[in-house]
Amino acid sequence: MAIPKKLREFDVVRDDEKCIRCEVCCRMCANDVHSYDAETDKVSADSAKCVGCHFCEDVCPTEALVIKRNKSQIKRNANWKNDALGNIIKQANTGGVVLIGMGNDRPIRDYFGHIVLNASQVTNPSIDPLREPMELKTFIGSKPDRIELVEKKSKIKNTTEIPPQLELETPVLFTAMSFGSISLNACKSLAKAACDFGTYWNTGEGGLHKDLYPYAHRCIVQVASGRFGVDREYLKKGAAIEIKIGQGAKPGIGGHLPGEKVSAEISSTRMIPEGTDALSPAPHHDIYSIEDLRQLIFALKEATDYKKPVGVKIAAVHNVAPIASGIVRAGADFVVIDGIRGGTGAAPQIIRDNVGIPIELAVAAVDQRLREEGIRHRASLIAAGGIKSSGDVVKAVALGADAVYIGTAALVALGCHLCQRCYTGKCNWGIATQDPYLTKRLNPEIGAKRAYNLLRGWSLEIKEMLGGMGINAIESLRGNKEQLRGVGLHEKELELLGIKHAGEAW
Amino acid sequence: MRKRLIPDIDYRVPSACGVTGIMNQKGELFSGEAIYASICNMLERGNGLGSGFVAYGIYPELKDYWCFHIMYENEKAKENTEDYLKRNFGIKHSEPIPTKKVKSLKFIPLLWRYFLGIEKNVESAEDYIIKVVMDINKEIEGAFVFSSGKNMGIFKGVGNPDEIGEFFRVPEYKGYIWVSHNRFPTNSVGWWGGAHPFGILDWSVVHNGEISSYGVNKRYLENFGYFCTLSTDTEVITYLFDLLVRRHKIAFETVGNILSAPFWSQIERIENKEERELLKTLRMVYGPALVNGPFSVIVANSSCMVGLNDRIKLRPLVAATKGDFLYISSEEAAIKIVSPQLDKVWMPRAGEPTIGKLM
Ligand code: SF4
Ligand code: SF4
Repeated sequence: MAIPKKLREFDVVRDDEKCIRCEVCCRMCANDVHSYDAETDKVSADSAKCVGCHFCEDVCPTEALVIKRNKSQIKRNANWKNDALGNIIKQANTGGVVLIGMGNDRPIRDYFGHIVLNASQVTNPSIDPLREPMELKTFIGSKPDRIELVEKKSKIKNTTEIPPQLELETPVLFTAMSFGSISLNACKSLAKAACDFGTYWNTGEGGLHKDLYPYAHRCIVQVASGRFGVDREYLKKGAAIEIKIGQGAKPGIGGHLPGEKVSAEISSTRMIPEGTDALSPAPHHDIYSIEDLRQLIFALKEATDYKKPVGVKIAAVHNVAPIASGIVRAGADFVVIDGIRGGTGAAPQIIRDNVGIPIELAVAAVDQRLREEGIRHRASLIAAGGIKSSGDVVKAVALGADAVYIGTAALVALGCHLCQRCYTGKCNWGIATQDPYLTKRLNPEIGAKRAYNLLRGWSLEIKEMLGGMGINAIESLRGNKEQLRGVGLHEKELELLGIKHAGEAW
Repeated sequence: MRKRLIPDIDYRVPSACGVTGIMNQKGELFSGEAIYASICNMLERGNGLGSGFVAYGIYPELKDYWCFHIMYENEKAKENTEDYLKRNFGIKHSEPIPTKKVKSLKFIPLLWRYFLGIEKNVESAEDYIIKVVMDINKEIEGAFVFSSGKNMGIFKGVGNPDEIGEFFRVPEYKGYIWVSHNRFPTNSVGWWGGAHPFGILDWSVVHNGEISSYGVNKRYLENFGYFCTLSTDTEVITYLFDLLVRRHKIAFETVGNILSAPFWSQIERIENKEERELLKTLRMVYGPALVNGPFSVIVANSSCMVGLNDRIKLRPLVAATKGDFLYISSEEAAIKIVSPQLDKVWMPRAGEPTIGKLM
């Protein structure tokens, strides 16, 4: 029988005149696409194996390579596209679940793209961030709704206890990406950049490798359903603790790091035997309801002497606002909402593409709900999943977030080209892999500099946008929906976002 | 009716303004002529679309009664409101607010004042008054309470300050604090309630500026039960003062550090650790109360008059003293016309409150 192998996604196009037979592509591509034949002195490519990571294109010294999306197409069909067909072919071959990496790539409405910002004209001067101070300092943690001051010997003293806080120089943090899903060099790059810039990075559920201890003071340690790497030491080392309930890319399901990837290093960091599968159950088996979550929050607070903020991360799902409210009432100091475009190292494609809601709607709904219940100050709100630019950061904050997490954007700064094959462990960029041959391509010093540059660039842009609005401190943007207008949005969407349509005045 | 005359309720109307205030810190009464002269020396700062006055100490015989100044668009609104007042208060005295005919003024509403005693058992008289005022302004069509303190009163309307001052016979009153406002809105405003000062309880606020943090401040106040019905910046500032000073019992000096918080770079330079930590905590907890964007504001209550600028002083404010008198104004000229020989004149720094207190 003629069996379809798989639909070819890319064509590797080589300009033979430019190719100098250096064979760098042959050595570099982890998918073994390129090969050199000495007899004919030809470099050829097996395009079917190419995942489109664009690594060879970047390293080719003569720019002889171009990776193009394959033009081979089935008969025009409004319902059936190449990827639907491709997945069925894959499943007919294997009978398995189709895996994928990175965030949702479907055209689910990008609300950020339909929101525009305000700027001052005449009645209110814009502020030039190059000449005037422009403040992005952000605190993550629970705040009291008021403070009690007493005057002693003509000195004013605060007598209200302030819960522990994280202090950020910019409202952007690096999201949870575990050592295991990404390489140690990638972890180091982000950790160092976070420390250098004055923000935070997140261990994900992979534990804290000892090489990362120097960056632990700016690290949020995650406690996920697998409890990998969690012990007293781990909790004490981090600056904050995040209980992971869900993730935007795969709400409602757990995780799976295959045994082959559990190397000696990963095994010691995760505290599991080498070569065993690291399975994170879908739920925490000690959390079957909100009061169980409360117990875990307070167990972790007890374990760390109430000195560290304890937060909870959930995926943005239909009922996100009441759930978030329950989490705040359960004692969380911050709540992370991860939207449907949030990334992952590996997820069933069907889940990634179909489950969850966009972060813009989720943040607006949660912020509004917490305000209506008068508990907004009791927890900070971190938005995650699909933040692509500083413009998105500003919009997320104006919609009600205290800060945003970035993951994909940070990896792109390290080289990622969104091939979505992170789950194969063959990331040519040395990011989503544990193969030493590949990971050494990512120099953590240079990686840290690039991630730092991204934070710096975005922060400068955020300051420009703030100044334009006549605002010189980020707290005056937080939840300031007056500064936002929708373009091309339906009335219901505007209502949910809590913004007016472009063309409407104050 | 509301729709035609009350754009301020539906839209935020940015405006530039002149503000001026005079306080006798010994509490001695002086006539409204001074404030009238002062504001009229800054006619340039308005465009005839709103001005007003507030005076403290003007009703000494009835000083224990809450005095409501109410504008009505028609008799019906007056009847409904008076029914409401009768149900909720003992009315000690009521009368039309005395006015003089000024030909150039238009859309003049019915203007009445009521001296009210709370006869119910209420937990906090202040919170009760706030609730009542919000109720009337929100629920009774065509009625608007524009002054609701004790022994003080606001007089305002659509017109130049010379016209409005003459209309309300301002020079005939005697008070110990006087504050006035002259408005330059960018939209045409036909509604008298849209003029300033804005007041609630014995608070009054005049303000020159446009607040870019309006959306944040407004939503923050909702947390504490304040609902901004007027869409004006001044309303937001007034509620912030009421929240911080009256309810959270924070002194004016510290309120300045919240509303016009010092920059982080300034805070870091402070050597005393306790002081540094306090400022940091204030910003952390009261971040949503930070008022951003250009403003200069004069706030008064029965015992204080305070001037405050935004954190980078984008609008003018000058202060001066002469004997027991404190002057705060947009322009020095508006002070000098009243008191040419001053003891001291200074430009308050950005975010630094100028505080006058009854001695
Ligand atoms: S997988 Fe990457 S490196 Fe290999 S051929 Fe394709 S684009 Fe080039
Ligand atoms: S991290 Fe690597 S494998 Fe994953 S999408 Fe990026 S380039 Fe591809």
